[in-house]
Amino acid sequence: MVRMGRQALAALRTLVVPRRRSRPDADPRPGRWQVVTVDRPAAEVLPGGRWPEPLRPLDGAVELWLRPAPGGRGTELAARPLGGVATLPGMAAHLVGDDPGLFLRDTLRRVKQLVETGEVLRADRSPMDRPAVPG
Amino acid sequence: MRALCWEGANSLAVRQVPDPELRNAHDMIVRVRRSATCGADLPLLAGRSPFLAAGDVLGHEFLGEVTEVGPQVRRHRVGDRVVVCAAVACGSCWYCRQGLYSCCDNGGASTAAAEAAWGQPTGGCYGHPRATGGFAGSHAEYVRVPYADVGAFTVPETVSDDRAVFASDAAPAGWMGAELGEVGPGDVVAVWGAGAVGQLTAQAATLLGADRVIVIDRHPDRLRMAEAHTGAETLNFELTDVPAELRERSGGRGPDVCVEAVGAADGGGRPASLAERFTGRRDGPVEDPLAVREAVHACRKGGTVFVSGTFTGFVDTFPLGAVMNKGLTLRSARQHGQRWIPMLLDRMARDELRTEHLATHRLPLDQGPAGYALFRDRADGCVRAVFTPEG
Ligand SMILES: NC(=O)c1ccc[n+]([C@@H]2O[C@H](COP(=O)([O-])OP(=O)(O)OC[C@H]3O[C@@H](n4cnc5c(N)ncnc54)[C@H](O)[C@@H]3O)[C@@H](O)[C@H]2O)c1
Ligand SMILES: [Zn+2]
Ligand SMILES: [Zn+2]
Repeated sequence: MVRMGRQALAALRTLVVPRRRSRPDADPRPGRWQVVTVDRPAAEVLPGGRWPEPLRPLDGAVELWLRPAPGGRGTELAARPLGGVATLPGMAAHLVGDDPGLFLRDTLRRVKQLVETGEVLRADRSPMDRPAVPG
Repeated sequence: MRALCWEGANSLAVRQVPDPELRNAHDMIVRVRRSATCGADLPLLAGRSPFLAAGDVLGHEFLGEVTEVGPQVRRHRVGDRVVVCAAVACGSCWYCRQGLYSCCDNGGASTAAAEAAWGQPTGGCYGHPRATGGFAGSHAEYVRVPYADVGAFTVPETVSDDRAVFASDAAPAGWMGAELGEVGPGDVVAVWGAGAVGQLTAQAATLLGADRVIVIDRHPDRLRMAEAHTGAETLNFELTDVPAELRERSGGRGPDVCVEAVGAADGGGRPASLAERFTGRRDGPVEDPLAVREAVHACRKGGTVFVSGTFTGFVDTFPLGAVMNKGLTLRSARQHGQRWIPMLLDRMARDELRTEHLATHRLPLDQGPAGYALFRDRADGCVRAVFTPEG
């Protein structure tokens, strides 16, 4: 999950293209499906029908579906909170935070990266997290 | 290691920062030998990106020597001399398979801001804010290169560092404008901007068989350089009526392909105030794309306008009516270098593509702030300042 400072978030809101009628951060259907297209056949997306690692903490909290993407573009993988956001159990609710859509998209994206590239790309660590080595 | 850090609007300093580390199995570390300034840095330098943080390292056009490889790197080994594509892409998603590398689904590590700003996250880039999928920049002694097999290219022995460094960004961007603009034999091509990108667009258009290439700028030294090295004619927009000249030089039709290689930095933008950087709110005018507007008006009916210049947000006064009524094709992209760099290095090796003259100022990294001042102010004939961290 990307963590951004409050200033960056404020800036982000004004960069976002205004949507009709709703505030950019208010999805009228918080339990909607989040979908990602993975450029691989279904058997590689959920090998052996098992949930890939990034989704495992959400086992029991979200439902999934999978279908071939049109035009030979691989597989569409979708997830949504079981029974809507309100019913997410303890750990899952904590993980999902107050933007379940963004969180689920981010999780699906990790699954996609793992399947397509073999690993999840990690950001640089900020200099603040790491002391400079003089020399 | 030492690196050129952004400290705030129009303020840079060389600082001691932690060495980069391998973070993924496909990463490698490169010791930088050449790292160039770019027009795309100017909006960042001016503080017009709300996401750039003090301490972030700038620079995305670079060449160097491999010093460390991750366990999944196959094509490179320690000691290789490589040029690295400014755009970070995975090489294995659908976009990469289509050759749309800068649109890579997996090229940015953090993507929420990019998704919010553009609708979908795009690929990564060195020397850009982490929140928009960026990675630490190359104006440093060392750089981490993600997806090293996809983004780094071994430089043929006969091609000098000073030539090959342009294969990182400016040359693929120039090639893209001409190729995706579909320049062909018999075409009249007009290029706005005589920076490195504009000049390399002109060279590409000539190589693709254009009949006539016309480069437009206001800096006489840049225009002279374009004439000497690209075979193009030039127009100084401060001294002449550009639309009238273009009409005259294209039989009244207008150029078949118009490439804008200017961007927001030079096209009417202004630095954001401190308050604007914090809130993201700007009361002043949004970016005013003078050159895009001129290109759309000049372009012949049914022709193509390719926007290579970088725009950071919203643009106003865009002549959509002319696009519609003249049946224009409007295209744009960040360069998909992985698609063209091997071919460009070949052309460099064959001496068909020469770029080293664009490196007008070669400076040690410690003179980075002075190099950017020259580049930003177009002082002393500066087209690109190229830093040598080792020197
Ligand atoms: N698409 C890509 O992948 C890509 C890659 C690299 C750079 N870029 C962008 O391309 C643009 C050019 O890059 P550069 O490094 O050559 O920049 P640069 O800043 O060196 O050059 C820009 C030139 O445009 C000229 N100019 C300004 N207004 C003009 C006008 N109205 N008409 C004609 N010329 C005008 C300036 O005088 C200057 O010489 C920048 O916006 C940069 O961010 C895009
Ligand atoms: Zn560049
Ligand atoms: Zn990709």
